[in-house]
Amino acid sequence: MYQAIVFLPLLGFLIAAAIAIVGARAQHPGGYPEPGAEDHAHGPVDESRHGAPSPHGDHAAVHVSHDEHDHHAAEPAAWGSRPAEVVTTTLLFVSMALSWIAFARVGFGGLEVREAIAPFIFSGELKVDWALRVDTLTAVMLVVVTTVSALVHLYSIGYMVDDPGRPRFFAYLSLFTFAMLMLVTADNLVQLFFGWEGVGLASYLLIGFWYKKPSANAAAIKAFVVNRVGDFGFLLGIFAVFVVTAAVDFDTIFAQAPALAGKPIPFLSWEVDALTVICLLLFMGAMGKSAQFLLHTWLPDAMEGPTPVSALIHAATMVTAGVFMVARLSPLFELAPTALAVVTFVGATTALFAATVGLVQNDIKRIVAYSTCSQLGYMFVAMGVGAYSVGMYHLFTHAFFKALLFLGSGSVIVAMHHEQDIRMMGGLSRKIPFTYAMMLVGTLALTGFPLTAGYFSKDAIIEAAFASDHAGHNPMAFYGFVCTVAAAALTSFYSWRLVFKTFHGQPHDRHHYDHAHESPLPMLIPLGVLAAGSILAGLPFYDAFAGNSVAAFFRGSLSVTGILEEMHHVPAMIAYLPTVMMVAGFAVAWVFYIKSPGIPRALARTFKPVYLFLLNKWYFDELYDRIFVRPAMWLGRALWKGGDGRLIDGLGPDGVSARVLDVTRNVVRLQTGYLYHYAFAMLIGVAALATWFILGGLR
Amino acid sequence: MASWPVLSVTTFLPAFGALLIMMLRQEDEAVKRNARWIALWTTIITFAVSMVMVWRFDSGSPEFQFVERQPWLAGTITYHMGVDGISLPFVILTTALMPLCILASWKPIQRRVKEYMVAFLVLETMMVGTFAALDVVVFYLFFEGGLIPMFLIIGVWGGPRRVYASFKFFLYTLLGSVLMLIAILAMYGEAGTTDIPTLMAHDFPRTLQTWAWLAFFASFAVKMPMWPVHTWLPDAHVEAPTAGSVILAAVLLKMGGYGFLRFSLPMFPDASEYFAPMVFVLSVVAIVYTSLVALMQEDVKKLIAYSSVAHMGFVTMGIFTGNTQGVAGSVFQMISHGIVSGALFLCVGVIYDRMHTREIAAYGGLVNRMPVYAAIFMLFTLANVGLPGTSGFVGEFLTLMGAFRVNTWVATIACLGVILSACYALWLYRKVVFGALEKPSLAAIRDVELREIVVFAPLIVLTIWFGVYPKPVLDMSAASVSALVQSYNEALGTPKTAALGRPSAAE
Repeated sequence: MYQAIVFLPLLGFLIAAAIAIVGARAQHPGGYPEPGAEDHAHGPVDESRHGAPSPHGDHAAVHVSHDEHDHHAAEPAAWGSRPAEVVTTTLLFVSMALSWIAFARVGFGGLEVREAIAPFIFSGELKVDWALRVDTLTAVMLVVVTTVSALVHLYSIGYMVDDPGRPRFFAYLSLFTFAMLMLVTADNLVQLFFGWEGVGLASYLLIGFWYKKPSANAAAIKAFVVNRVGDFGFLLGIFAVFVVTAAVDFDTIFAQAPALAGKPIPFLSWEVDALTVICLLLFMGAMGKSAQFLLHTWLPDAMEGPTPVSALIHAATMVTAGVFMVARLSPLFELAPTALAVVTFVGATTALFAATVGLVQNDIKRIVAYSTCSQLGYMFVAMGVGAYSVGMYHLFTHAFFKALLFLGSGSVIVAMHHEQDIRMMGGLSRKIPFTYAMMLVGTLALTGFPLTAGYFSKDAIIEAAFASDHAGHNPMAFYGFVCTVAAAALTSFYSWRLVFKTFHGQPHDRHHYDHAHESPLPMLIPLGVLAAGSILAGLPFYDAFAGNSVAAFFRGSLSVTGILEEMHHVPAMIAYLPTVMMVAGFAVAWVFYIKSPGIPRALARTFKPVYLFLLNKWYFDELYDRIFVRPAMWLGRALWKGGDGRLIDGLGPDGVSARVLDVTRNVVRLQTGYLYHYAFAMLIGVAALATWFILGGLR
Repeated sequence: MASWPVLSVTTFLPAFGALLIMMLRQEDEAVKRNARWIALWTTIITFAVSMVMVWRFDSGSPEFQFVERQPWLAGTITYHMGVDGISLPFVILTTALMPLCILASWKPIQRRVKEYMVAFLVLETMMVGTFAALDVVVFYLFFEGGLIPMFLIIGVWGGPRRVYASFKFFLYTLLGSVLMLIAILAMYGEAGTTDIPTLMAHDFPRTLQTWAWLAFFASFAVKMPMWPVHTWLPDAHVEAPTAGSVILAAVLLKMGGYGFLRFSLPMFPDASEYFAPMVFVLSVVAIVYTSLVALMQEDVKKLIAYSSVAHMGFVTMGIFTGNTQGVAGSVFQMISHGIVSGALFLCVGVIYDRMHTREIAAYGGLVNRMPVYAAIFMLFTLANVGLPGTSGFVGEFLTLMGAFRVNTWVATIACLGVILSACYALWLYRKVVFGALEKPSLAAIRDVELREIVVFAPLIVLTIWFGVYPKPVLDMSAASVSALVQSYNEALGTPKTAALGRPSAAE
């Protein structure tokens, strides 16, 4: 059964990919130009080149059916689109059903599963197997991944209805799901890394799904490369683990971990605490994948991908892989307090930083993306203060309401004919009431409105941070507490700003507004299900994730520390603080965007530098371009032209050959024939030397 | 059954095929066709014969197998052939790629077809012989002899600057060859034999080790190629015909790595250890330097050539770690690189044959008309990047792990290659394949034809198979690798990993 959960999406991928390839082949048969037949250039021209590209060129296909005025010839849908959709979606729903069964059995039934599949890399002491490990931590991830993925598959049937590349799209979605499931069921660090890179690949492919769009291609590469920066640390972390434990599988590592506490290893030129350096290196991988401060720049750009992708990969599942990894390795992190302090610091900084940027963005998806970034920061704060199960709790609830917000945004975007700028929206609640209602639920959950899912999990994090500071476990805990509380207010503000500017007030683009319409059923059902999840994922699971039965629920799958007990004894004032912040954020947003809409503009004018600083995302892209991208390119060119060209070749072969040519120019005419001379000379030389040697041997 | 000399048959069957082709007269269409078919069948049969060795190979033994021994010259030099777990994978790689190269040359080569096929078949004999020779002189003859057909392939069937390229290739390799020959003479003077297994067991004095190591290094480093003697490679690749590039990248580059494993490490362990830091420095420089240079290339083939240099950096780094993961990883990396870089050059060949340009800027948006090609190219790009699940990952991972156990600085800097390879490979892919198809010259380009798919299919299968299940290759070489590592560390007295302060539990 567990293998079925993981491999059914792979099967779906293979089927959809085969359909995509066969379809593409039928449309573009292979061939080989006759020699000297370059004049074909004025021959048949690709269909897609008819008609000038529209401003929304790449959405053109989606655009078409919604817009009666559209005069672009639509690319025909790929062959087998419908079967590909049906097959992948069905398999995913089966996988989801099995996952919930697994969740019940493993989480509440006390089962633990290890299934060996095949050997992977065996070399000397290194032994890596393909194996499935399903414990409670994995089971939680299984239901999150398969549920959101299944719903996103369903949603995409509606969302991508006019896209010509649907088999490819569904193949990528299923490939992603498979890689993510391999990641969460990994029994060792190498398989974890396999899934880790696999989801990175799927993310790359899906961000760049509309490959004609240069910005999408750039964003795809950026996502992959920034993730690779994190993976650089991850890989080194794996090596360090192997050096100190001679193993990469979790059970062996965890068994050895206590004995390693406080032991030094040499790393680079220093003697450092083994576990600290291991955890920090591995955490670097987590920072890349979960878009944490400094390595966050790819996530907003990733919004170039289709919206269902953003919901699945860049909100609910892939970006939480870093959080999952820390939870999975919590027995190691627990023994490395310095690393935990760093985790807290990075998480807290991200939570606040991303929220500040989110305040002023105008692209509906980017607001939600920064919100995701910020919420991931919350989860890392929880991890950092040792409340691993609480971090997982927020991961669990966040998956529902953030996927809901993204899919809701997708519904808005479709309604607005692919307009994503909230300044062009307004008053949409009258046109798309169902989407509006769903978005409201998502927003309430995100901002932590009492009794929604986010209320329980977010408040638990803030309480844990406070309790940790109180108990003096973690020097960064107070910083984490302050940042998360402040971010709670900002979250509330930007969330309500989004809702007010999109759904309330007057429409800013009459044309789009008039044609706005509610989305088709396949898109609305997932919204409804996720909305239900955004409420129900909270209270019923509180005990298991943050209450009294954490130890019984998670058992050995993550570290359960005293912080869970301490967080129940925080002062009542602290417990109410997040709610106060939420109300404050709401109030300010209401004043700014409903009551007197002139204030934001005036503020932006008055504090222009601050506004620009936030609008430009703290200038991180510009900074990185200046300190990494351009120097690397400059260096590459300098090494190529100067190093290879002038120095090595100049002093080496070219210099030598110039001298040789000077000599030989008079002797041998430079024609093709001279090559044979050299070959022949070489042969004679070889023969002569061999002969000499043989004669030497005779003596 | 066990009596027929399977190794010699594998080695000389291609030469026999070459003879057959040479017997064809004239140069008309029928002759061209016959030459192609003879070459194809010869290489296929050779591959089949080499698979017999895989079938009968005892991977549990580190000894040389399929040994053949005939006295040859002067009572000292014997025709001594045999393979162990380190050389057999290279033999198979060679025989497996050859039919694909012949197929890839089917249409692009229309001029002097007969001679072309002869050159390729002779080259195959030389390459297999290099990996199978167990006598230094025989090795040397095959090793150097292999250059001649390659030299001709570049010089005769190459691009516009082929003369410059083959000249550069020649100059570089010449110096190394001479030095290596001198070293061989010196070794004979010391040990009184040219028999490789005997030499491997011989305990060379320290000074001789140093000088001989350097002399061999001069030859192998050029072949790898290691920085800073790599500049012949981009030029050679750019000018070579597609199949020439494939063989150059896939097999000829591996001769250097194989030489390190066969000679430097086992025969000169003290010198190897002494010079290891230098090799590490050169390797990491190669990885970072050539990756950066690759970023800026404007020529598709040059970019892939530079990425080859970077990948070979992982190999040299792995070999001189002297531990199991490093050495096994470098063997694997070489095999994987043979498959992947060969396939990448074939990918370039596909579009070069259609457009007759290698300039990156001349392409863009190919996916719109060549979806199957795009999918194939994507797979090999990812393998080049070292994505887990493709064969590219396993070798990189193991060599880096081996390096980390010896020196964390080396591993850390080399690991930067993981980031940089993603930059240049994906950038190339984006420029060539993604985007809208806007260039009028590309408007009529057509997707890969059946022949090309047949060429790619085995490479696709192997890339994924060895990526998910690398066991066949790792197992084949495991016994020989561990014997090599063991004797190397015994010769040095102290296991290298002890330097890490804490011997790992399994040791």
